Amino acid sequence: MSSNKVIHAIYNDDDVLMDAVHKTRAAHHHIEEIFTPFPVHGLDKAMGLAPTRLAICAFIYGCIGLTVATVMMNYIMITDWPQDIGGKPSFSYIQNMPAFVPVMFEMTVFFAAHLMVITFYMRSRLWPFKEAENPDVRTTDDHFLMEVAVHDNEAELVKFFEGTGAVEVKVIDKH
Amino acid sequence: MYTFSSKLKTFSFVLMIVGILGIGYGFLTAPKDIHEVEAILKAEEAEHHGGGHEAAPVHEAKTESATHEAHTEPVAAVTPSETPVDSVAHDTAAAVAHTAPATHAETARHDAKASAGHDEHKEHAEHVLHQLQNKPWAALYVACLFFMLIALGALAFYAIQQVAQAGWSPVLFRVMQGITAYLLPGSIIFFILLLLSGFHFNHLFVWMNDGVTEVGHENYDALIAGKSGYLNFPFWIIRAAIFIAGWNLYRHLSRKNCLAQDEATDNSFYKKNFKMSAAFLVFFIVTESIMSWDWIMSVDPHWFSTLFGWYVFASFFVSGITTISMVTLYLKSKGYLENVNSSHIHDLSKFMFGISVFWTYLWFSQFMLIWYSNIPEEVTYFKTRIEDFNLPFFGAVAMNFVFPILLLINTDFKRVSWIIVTAGVVILFGHYVDFFNMIMPATVGDRWFIGIPEIAAILFFLGLFIFVVFSALTKAPLVPKRNPFIEESKHFHY
Repeated sequence: MSSNKVIHAIYNDDDVLMDAVHKTRAAHHHIEEIFTPFPVHGLDKAMGLAPTRLAICAFIYGCIGLTVATVMMNYIMITDWPQDIGGKPSFSYIQNMPAFVPVMFEMTVFFAAHLMVITFYMRSRLWPFKEAENPDVRTTDDHFLMEVAVHDNEAELVKFFEGTGAVEVKVIDKH
Repeated sequence: MYTFSSKLKTFSFVLMIVGILGIGYGFLTAPKDIHEVEAILKAEEAEHHGGGHEAAPVHEAKTESATHEAHTEPVAAVTPSETPVDSVAHDTAAAVAHTAPATHAETARHDAKASAGHDEHKEHAEHVLHQLQNKPWAALYVACLFFMLIALGALAFYAIQQVAQAGWSPVLFRVMQGITAYLLPGSIIFFILLLLSGFHFNHLFVWMNDGVTEVGHENYDALIAGKSGYLNFPFWIIRAAIFIAGWNLYRHLSRKNCLAQDEATDNSFYKKNFKMSAAFLVFFIVTESIMSWDWIMSVDPHWFSTLFGWYVFASFFVSGITTISMVTLYLKSKGYLENVNSSHIHDLSKFMFGISVFWTYLWFSQFMLIWYSNIPEEVTYFKTRIEDFNLPFFGAVAMNFVFPILLLINTDFKRVSWIIVTAGVVILFGHYVDFFNMIMPATVGDRWFIGIPEIAAILFFLGLFIFVVFSALTKAPLVPKRNPFIEESKHFHY
C-alpha cells in the first residue's frame, strides 16, 4: 500500500473545479486540499468544511479589551489618584464615564481586531520566513489544483479525474 | 395580490377606537384652571409629607411656628430677640435654620420677600398648569410625529435603494411603498397639530407665546426675540408645508412611476425614478435637518445643537428600516412574499443593527460633547433629562443600543424571525422613548408619565398606521414586474 501517494488534478476554471468537487464528494473520495489563486465563492460549502469560529474569537477578544480599558482607567483615574482635573468628577467610575468611553471603544476594537488577526495567523500557520506550500506554482496564477489521497486505486482515480474536466492529472509521491 | 385580512383590519379599528377614547380621556382630565392645579399641588404635598416618616407632622408644626416667629419678630424690629429665635430655629428644625437668618438679615426687605414668595407660588402653580395642560397635547404630538417619521424613514431608505441600484431590495419595494403610504395621512394630521399649536390651542412651543418678542411685555424673552427672524409662526408653518408637500410629492410620483414601469416596454420610468430619487435625497437631507430644528429642537428654544438633525434622522431611519423588516416578516409568514428569502431578512437585520449603532454614536457624541464642556447654556438640556427623565433617558440607550447589539451581532440570529421581531419591537419602543425624551422635558417637564394619554396616542396612530399601510399593500402586486434588478433580487442570497 502506497500510503503517501496523492493525485493532483489541475483545472483552469473555477466552475469546472466546483463541478469536480461535487462529483468527487459524491464518489466519496476524500479531498485532502484544494489550491486556488483566488477565493472561489461557495467552495468551502461544496467541500463540506466546517464554518469558521474566528468571529466568536473576535467577540471574546473585544470583551477582554473592554474589560482591560475599564479596569485600567478605573484604577488610574478613580482608585489610585483621584485628582480634580478641570472639575471632572472622579468620585466613581460611572460619574466620569463619558470621558472614558472613547478609550473603552478603541481598546475594544483594538483587541478584537489584532488578537483575531493573530489568531488567524496562528491557525493558518502563517508567519514570516515560512516555507511556501504550494504544490504547483501555477496555482497562484491561473490554475486550480485538487489533491486527493490514493489508496491502491490509482488507475481508477486517474480515470475518474480525467472525466471531471481536469486539464492535467498527476500522481505524486508525497514525503 | 395581497388581501387585507379582516382580523387585522378589525384589530386596527379597535386600536384606533381605544386610542381615540384614551386621547379624549387625556384631554378631559387635564386641569382647566389654576384652582384645579392648586388642589392637585395640595394633594401632592399632603401625600409627600404624610407618606414618608412619622416625625413629619411634628416637623411641619415646628417649621410653621418657627417661620411664624421669624416673620413677626423682624417686623416688630426687636433686634435682641433675633438671637433666641435663631437658636430655637437651630434646635428645632434644621431646614428653617438656613432660611431664618436670611429672613432676619434685612428687615426692610422682609415684606417684599413675603409677597415674592406668594407670587412665586402663584407662578409655580401656573407653570404646573401649563405642564399638565400640555400633557395630552404632547402625548399626541410625540406619537403623531413618531409614526409620520417612520414612514419618512422608510421613504428615505427606499430612495437610497433606488439610487444605489441595490440588487437585493427590489422585491421589497412594494412593501416599502406600502409603509410610505402612511406619510400622506400622517403628515396631514401632523400639519393640523402644528396649526393648532400656532393658533394657541396649546403651549407646546414657548416661542409662540404672546409677547415673547415685545420689549416690555411680561413674557418678553430676549433670547427668543433674537431668534424670531427664524422662529416666527408664518415662516415656520410655510416651511412645514413645503417639507411635507415635497416628501409627499416624491412618494406619490415614485409610486406612480414604479407602477407604470410594470406595464412599460422600456426602462424610461425606472430611469425617471432613479433621477427623482437622487433629487429627493438632496431635498430630504436639507429639509430633514430644518424639520428637526422646527418641530423638535424649537420646543427648547433656548438650546441648540449642531448635530441634532443627524441624530433625529438616525432615530427615525432605523425605526423605518425596522418597520420594513417587521412588515416583510409578517407578509412572508402569511405566504405573500415567496421571493423573499432569509438573505433579504438578513440584510434588513444588518441595517437595523448598523443604524442602531449609528444612532448611539450620534446620541453619545451629542451628550458627551455637552457633558464634557459643561457650558451652562447648553448643559441644562441634559441636566433636566438626567434628573427628571433618568429612566427613559438611559433606558433609551439600553433599548436602542445594548439590546440590539447583543442580539443582532450573531449572523445566524439575523435570519431567525422571532429574534428579529423581538429586537424590532424593542428598537421601535426605544425610539418612541427617544422622541418622548426630546419633546417631553420642554413641554411637560417633571410632570411626565407614560399613562393613558401617551399609550392611547400610540395605539391610535398604530391602528391608523396598520390600516393605511395594509390597505395600500392591497392596491398593487407585491413584486414589481419590470424592474431591471428584479431577477437579481429574486435570486439574492448571502
